[in-house]
Amino acid sequence: MAQATADPRLGADSPDALRSDPRKRRTERIARLVFMSAAFFSVVVTLAIVLSLVFEALSFLLGVDLGALFEMGWFPRRGLFDVRTLIVGTLLVTGIAMLVAAPLGLGAALYLSEYARPRLRRSVKPMIEILAGVPSVTLGYFAISFITPQLLRPFQSDVAFFNLASAGLAVGILTLPLVASVAEDAMRAVPQSLREAAYGLGSRRMKVAVNVVFPAAISGIVAALVIGASRAIGETMVVAIASGATGGSLFSLDVFQPGQTMTAAMAALGAGTDQVRGADNAFQSLFFIGLLLFAITLGLNVFGDRFVRRIRERY
Amino acid sequence: MDARMSMTETGRRQGLMARPVPRAESEAAPSVVPTTVFDINDVSVYYGGFRAIRDVSLDISKNQITAMIGPSGCGKSTMLRCFNRMNDLIDIARVEGSLRYHGVDLYGKGVDAVEVRRRIGMVFQKPNPFPKSIYDNVAFGPRVAGVKGALDDVVEESLRRAALWDEVKDRLKQSAYGLSGGQQQRLCIARALAVSPEVILMDEPCSALDPIATAKIEDLMAEIKRDYTIIIVTHNMQQAARVSDMTAFFTAEVNEQSDTRTGILVEYDRTDKIFQDPADRRTEDYVSGRFG
Repeated sequence: MAQATADPRLGADSPDALRSDPRKRRTERIARLVFMSAAFFSVVVTLAIVLSLVFEALSFLLGVDLGALFEMGWFPRRGLFDVRTLIVGTLLVTGIAMLVAAPLGLGAALYLSEYARPRLRRSVKPMIEILAGVPSVTLGYFAISFITPQLLRPFQSDVAFFNLASAGLAVGILTLPLVASVAEDAMRAVPQSLREAAYGLGSRRMKVAVNVVFPAAISGIVAALVIGASRAIGETMVVAIASGATGGSLFSLDVFQPGQTMTAAMAALGAGTDQVRGADNAFQSLFFIGLLLFAITLGLNVFGDRFVRRIRERY
Repeated sequence: MDARMSMTETGRRQGLMARPVPRAESEAAPSVVPTTVFDINDVSVYYGGFRAIRDVSLDISKNQITAMIGPSGCGKSTMLRCFNRMNDLIDIARVEGSLRYHGVDLYGKGVDAVEVRRRIGMVFQKPNPFPKSIYDNVAFGPRVAGVKGALDDVVEESLRRAALWDEVKDRLKQSAYGLSGGQQQRLCIARALAVSPEVILMDEPCSALDPIATAKIEDLMAEIKRDYTIIIVTHNMQQAARVSDMTAFFTAEVNEQSDTRTGILVEYDRTDKIFQDPADRRTEDYVSGRFG
């Protein structure tokens, strides 16, 4: 070692070496401030949206005869605001969509994660993600030009041209890649050591996939389904095109007849097909439906989170 | 002690009876001449175009502990993973040469890697319990092998053999992740024992453990050696000297052109011979600490 006086690392002869530099501290403070405002910006925007929703929704509820919320159908221009019609429409479309997206999406995810060779996965995964970016308007027309005439009518004679079933199937196709992609990420994140443990005990691939990977990835899988369902609930364009009933709809549980979802009804109101200004409160009803949508999606996420907490296997 | 031993012996027989698949080899009384379990001839392993080990030949005897030692990158783990065809899981891995298990070519036509792994179990470097309860971890192997119904006896027996029963018997339903590292590794051993394998492969099973946990695993190996054939890869020469009957010393040949390392078997002999009077200079340098 060199002599003590020649070594700048020794503190005895440079008492200032340990002192903090005010400039560096200021940079640190500024960085913190920048990141903090980015974080708070999104929170503030979300809160503002929710607040404006609540405010407009309240003014709608105050201005309308509450009996109008339980009518024979949703006809905002005529002052009939039966929300059940829209909620049931949304649930039917989302349900049909998830019947398509959940099994196919999770199956695709299991295949890509556990069966496919790496090279195949590397080429198929991006293709699935591209599919997730297909504009939904395309799928709306796909629903009326292919799903209804080619898939539904051969099996069911009295299918209306615009119907909830074909909209639901199209939304399912739209949601599938999202579910597959998020679920596949969750499965790939399961440590390889767990797979090796299972194979080392003489497990076949299916046992490894079903008994080890699937339960270990369950929180991500549920998240994929919740995201998929949220996407399906929020999907507007496909339903607006394929399920018809732009002017309003009667309460109906028949998926082969026209119907409206909450989002499609909002789009119809906003796009002017219903001439929002035409009737009192019609415009405000849009916000009321928006608030309900928000509550449903929030509830779905909270429920998904609770469920995951209960059954999750931590690794 | 005697009582416990006879009890474990009975338990083991019951465990065997419950097996859905016939064993490759009968439970005859051990003869004086050790039975050869593995007969390895000129085995090379390739990862794509890269040769990881070259022309390894060795025999492994029943009810013995065989240690494989050598510096990093000498292919000892790769060799170990040939014994139960774990290399199959790596797409680009290819095995050449002959690996015979009781005379059957492990890589022969029609041999099912899953059946191989049920007879040749494995314990890994890092404890890797499933994110399930202690009970479900041990019961996993028998369940995937198709054993139905209660597995309480198998679970207890396996945990006893792995010297873990007394520590976990009151919390079998709790997550295996609540156990210490050493306990987790003994749980992994119990899990491997639960499928009644004949051979247990151990890939540096103590490298993530403290000395006390390591000592427990070493005691356990000496204990279960009567019933199992053990092959252990270890970085720790003292461990090889302490626990094993036979030792194989591997080293890596560096290929200057491609800057790759190919593992070769330098010397294979009784452990005391390897450590006290090795025939090869490279072995001597390694075991005396001059290299590696």
